[in-house]
Amino acid sequence: MGLLEDFGAWVAFQLLNLEPGSALGEAVNFFVYDSLKVLLLLAAMVFLVGLMRTYVTPQRVKKWLGGRKEGVGNVLAALLGVPTPFCSCSAVPLFIGFVESGVPLGITFSFLISSPMVNEVAIALLLGLVGWEITVLYIVSGLAIAVVAGIAIGRMKLENEVEDFVYEIRSKEVKEKQMTARERIAFAKNEVKTIMKKVSLYVLLAIGVGAFIHGYVPVGFLAEIAGKNSFLAVPVAVMIGIPLYSNAAGTIPVVQALMAKGMALGTALAFMMSVTALSFPEMIILRKVLKPKLVAIFVGILFVSIVLVGLLFNAVIG
Amino acid sequence: MKIKVLGGGCANCARLEQNARKACEELGVKAEFEKVTDYTKMAAYGVMSTPALVVDEEVKVEGRVPSVEELKKLLQ
Repeated sequence: MGLLEDFGAWVAFQLLNLEPGSALGEAVNFFVYDSLKVLLLLAAMVFLVGLMRTYVTPQRVKKWLGGRKEGVGNVLAALLGVPTPFCSCSAVPLFIGFVESGVPLGITFSFLISSPMVNEVAIALLLGLVGWEITVLYIVSGLAIAVVAGIAIGRMKLENEVEDFVYEIRSKEVKEKQMTARERIAFAKNEVKTIMKKVSLYVLLAIGVGAFIHGYVPVGFLAEIAGKNSFLAVPVAVMIGIPLYSNAAGTIPVVQALMAKGMALGTALAFMMSVTALSFPEMIILRKVLKPKLVAIFVGILFVSIVLVGLLFNAVIG
Repeated sequence: MKIKVLGGGCANCARLEQNARKACEELGVKAEFEKVTDYTKMAAYGVMSTPALVVDEEVKVEGRVPSVEELKKLLQ
């Protein structure tokens, strides 16, 4: 990363002739360095996951998960949720496909929780901006929530809270064509193009806001209201995360800057999880296949487990 | 030939339809296009990720946008 650091410094102090050590100079330096690093990392990560996606297709996942037992099935579902594409637009056909091929409800939910929460965009941004330790914490706790919440929903025997028509659908079997190596690479390249186009602007904006916070907000500014002893900060952060749906790209860089100003780790993790996992559009779309009671239970369990994870980290890690 | 483009109206769905139309044009095949945006109908085809392409009631493409060249082979 030495080259990128030098480039950031060159832009700030040579090209723009800003004073090294000045707030503006440091903010520009930080912005150039971080944006380049994160965008490169993001493109590489999306490409790799794109390649994986050509092997881990939803059609295969549903076969692997069909008829699985509680526990092993939930862990497998949470893990398979990571490389599988998830956009709320395909949540409904995905859900129907799972239920129809005999994937138990609790296991289906483990997948539905982990897939949007532990995704390549969030992982790349966390890796690039906050380091691998916190990235690992995020991934592990995200998977744990998916497993535990899925088991809880499975135990509640809520099969009759799924809309009745879901059980009546008899779908055709889709025969997947074996892709050639060239087609797999083309697919991964297209993923890079689509995702970078969608998130780059948010990443840049958020890193800009982050750079501003780094340069101008006093250190320890948030220690009082969002520090680790602030009990209420976690549920409030999770609530704020809900309307920022799925925009990991636009929130993680800001959260990283807020952490530097005293926001506690648990609060920050809970906030990021809420951004990725809890979203209004997803709830509305899931309502098409789930009766209101099950949507409420799903959101409730997810909310409570994210808050608990946040509080746990705040209590354990100083 | 009857071609259905399955998807909720995302950018990829539009590109899939565009590529499929171009492939038909280049092949000189006459095809009737239809957009399917109803998720339950998509599920009935067994489709789990969008966009998807159904040719004469058979799912040919799912969850990706093939190039015009690849589509030409699929449509022949």
